Amino acid sequence: MSEILVNIDGKEVKAKEGMTVLEAARSAGIPIPTLCYHEKLEPYGGCRLCIVEIESRGSTRLVVSCVYPVEKNLTVRTRSEKVDRVRKMILELEMAHAPDAFVFEDLAKEYGADKNRFEKEPSFCIHCGLCVRYCAEVKKKNAVGFVDRGIRKEISFIPEIAAKECWSCKECFPLCPTEALQAAYVLVGALAFPEASPKRTSA
Amino acid sequence: MSRIQSPAELEELRKDIISKRDPNKPCITLCSGSACHASGSREVAAKLEEEIEKQGLSAEVDIRKTGCHGFCERGPIIVIRPEEICYFQIKPEDVPEIVTETIKGKKVIDRLLYTDPATNEKIIHETEIPFYKNQGRIVFGSNVNVDPKSIDDYLAIGGYAALAKVLSGMTPDQVLQEVKKANLRGRGGGGFPAGAKWEGSRNAPGDIKYVIVNADEGDPGAYMDRSLLEGNPHAVLEGLTIGAYAVGAHEGYIYVRQEYPLAVENVNIAIKTAEELGLLGKNILGSGFDFVVKVHKGAGAFVCGESTALMTALEGRAGEPRPKYIRSNVVGLWGRPSVLNNVETWANVPLIINNGADWFTQYGTETSKGTKIFSLVGKITNTGLVEVPMGTPLRDIIFKIGGGIPGGKKFKAVQTGGPSGGCLPEHLLDLPVGFDELTKAGSMMGSGGMIVMDEDTCMVDVARYFLEFLTDESCGKCVPCREGMRQMLKVLTNITKGKGKEGDIELLEQLSETAIEAALCALGKSSPNPFLSTLQYFRDEYEAHVKEKRCPALSCKELISFYIDPEKCNACTTCARKCPSDAIIGGKNLVHMVDQEKCTKCGTCFEVCPPKFRAVKKLSGEPVPPRISEEARTITRKSKEK
Repeated sequence: MSEILVNIDGKEVKAKEGMTVLEAARSAGIPIPTLCYHEKLEPYGGCRLCIVEIESRGSTRLVVSCVYPVEKNLTVRTRSEKVDRVRKMILELEMAHAPDAFVFEDLAKEYGADKNRFEKEPSFCIHCGLCVRYCAEVKKKNAVGFVDRGIRKEISFIPEIAAKECWSCKECFPLCPTEALQAAYVLVGALAFPEASPKRTSA
Repeated sequence: MSRIQSPAELEELRKDIISKRDPNKPCITLCSGSACHASGSREVAAKLEEEIEKQGLSAEVDIRKTGCHGFCERGPIIVIRPEEICYFQIKPEDVPEIVTETIKGKKVIDRLLYTDPATNEKIIHETEIPFYKNQGRIVFGSNVNVDPKSIDDYLAIGGYAALAKVLSGMTPDQVLQEVKKANLRGRGGGGFPAGAKWEGSRNAPGDIKYVIVNADEGDPGAYMDRSLLEGNPHAVLEGLTIGAYAVGAHEGYIYVRQEYPLAVENVNIAIKTAEELGLLGKNILGSGFDFVVKVHKGAGAFVCGESTALMTALEGRAGEPRPKYIRSNVVGLWGRPSVLNNVETWANVPLIINNGADWFTQYGTETSKGTKIFSLVGKITNTGLVEVPMGTPLRDIIFKIGGGIPGGKKFKAVQTGGPSGGCLPEHLLDLPVGFDELTKAGSMMGSGGMIVMDEDTCMVDVARYFLEFLTDESCGKCVPCREGMRQMLKVLTNITKGKGKEGDIELLEQLSETAIEAALCALGKSSPNPFLSTLQYFRDEYEAHVKEKRCPALSCKELISFYIDPEKCNACTTCARKCPSDAIIGGKNLVHMVDQEKCTKCGTCFEVCPPKFRAVKKLSGEPVPPRISEEARTITRKSKEK
């Protein structure tokens, strides 16, 4: 693997080819906030909080660092007025669902995000997909999945699989960034009332 | 039928087909696309067959059930050849007369002809009707001549000649260069140059590559890809095969909405017949080139029109876009180089190969070449599918071809580019249609939807409508799209309900920025367009809603009241009888009044008030005048004096 030099926040960072900007930054101790990233999982690019500003081939644009691969002569700014503005909005949008989650406390302070900006619909789930992806990619059980789409999207345990697999595992519980009990709650609901849990949709 | 082994054999077969066709033999062409099916063309077809049989003309007259002719407003349409007599809005009961009078008697039936509304003259031939006369139908024009279920029909008009030309005398690179030189840009939305996309795939590493037809057309009111695939599936297949040859692909997919059953049926028949003739499959035309095509029915998600979501769905997974920054022509379907173009783009390819890039580039503007098919709908006289050279001004499409706005109403805006497109106002009517021209004006080409709006349309409500559509169709994967649109829709809905507040417009602008900058895919990034373009050109309407609680178009229910002008009401009692909620305080010889408490704002009174009175008014942003006294309501009718 050849080495690539990238400039992150004015600092020369050595990165390996194939690394993402997020990985390169973190390896150099430069923080970038994330909600849906997990080092054991495929990058998901869902929360968009890790957005950064890049200068590449003469143009400046915003990309999400968890997916964008490092390249030669890349200049990255992990903070800028625009980046901060976008992150603030993302946090405010998410906090409408999980206003009191610990994960947002410091972030909200850092970016001046107001948890009361939008009308609250506390579902707790912020659709980071960590539980779903961990179960699929690491445990290969697919006991929990997404159902429906768009603003109706929610996580749901598949009763038939969950009844067999979940009690001895529960590894997804602590992954939940907003409320570990959320996963437990949905799981119990699915097992206790399998008929009432939303049906899986194919698209 | 046996497989054709060489281009020469193909030409022989073509000659044979044409020689058996007498150009002077009467042929009744009936459009049988989905739109005409809806207006009863199947019944007309059955009656035609029955009547021809009954009058003993089966051997002397051909019937050809073709795809869409485009003038859907006037369907079902019959064209009688060789005279090319055009009849519109045919009902089964017209059929015996057509057969007796026109086929046997060679007489034209006046009442079935098109009447030019400008001159009141009857027009016999399609080419003289303003709707057709002002178009340039190089792609869509063949629909009229082909029964989509018959490969012979396609061969008779020169079908598969481009494929033969490519396989017998052009290298893949020459094909690529020709398409690049033609500057064919993707007709599905983005307008990305097809040649560059193909080249990217050709040069990408890997032995297995794919070519894909995007037939997941999902814009409300748009059906050009549907009509092309239904009406001329072989043109799409031929284009796809040529593309596969250029790219080095041996497998192709057609991703088609399962809501398009006729398109699915016709394209499957086309694949089967092309395989039987050796125009698809192994060793095509004896060239050694193999190519197979499979049809994949989509599960009805708008987002699957997005390239990476479509490919994810093709792989059998939930149709969500991928977050990758690598183009799908390099890493696409199953991680392999995959060229995805939409139906119309593929259908242009045989034309470019047959006629050359120079012929193609004579149509269009500097950066947009060829023609574009638009689905012209909304408040427009001639609803239908129109194909015009790129660069045609919007005004020509809407007024010359579309016949303008019905009911004497005033034009207000045209929405182009589908839900993620934008609304363009009257002062931009002279804008030439082209990819860059429309984008610069704050809208986009999209796949070619064109929705015309008149003065009664509220632009805030239009933005709300499209946002609602997009919110419903968002996959929900990324925050700026899922959560941003949820909030945008709430704010817009509030504004149309008179609950808008100071700062709402700014909040919408901030949410728009987040979507544009941070959303994962094209659907999310373009989702604020309906709002941004209406704000750009109709800011006064937003401000009237927010600040004055007034809907200038008098359309938003929560912001209007119905009021009967006492000076004009003649106490005819029509409105009182028709009101479904008993909200009209009527009475004989008493001026009517609307009980605002009971009124549901359905607008019935407004519609039924006789035009000679026009007493019912819509009010917005102003208080309803107080009720008048019983005395003042009494109408003293004068006896008619001479």
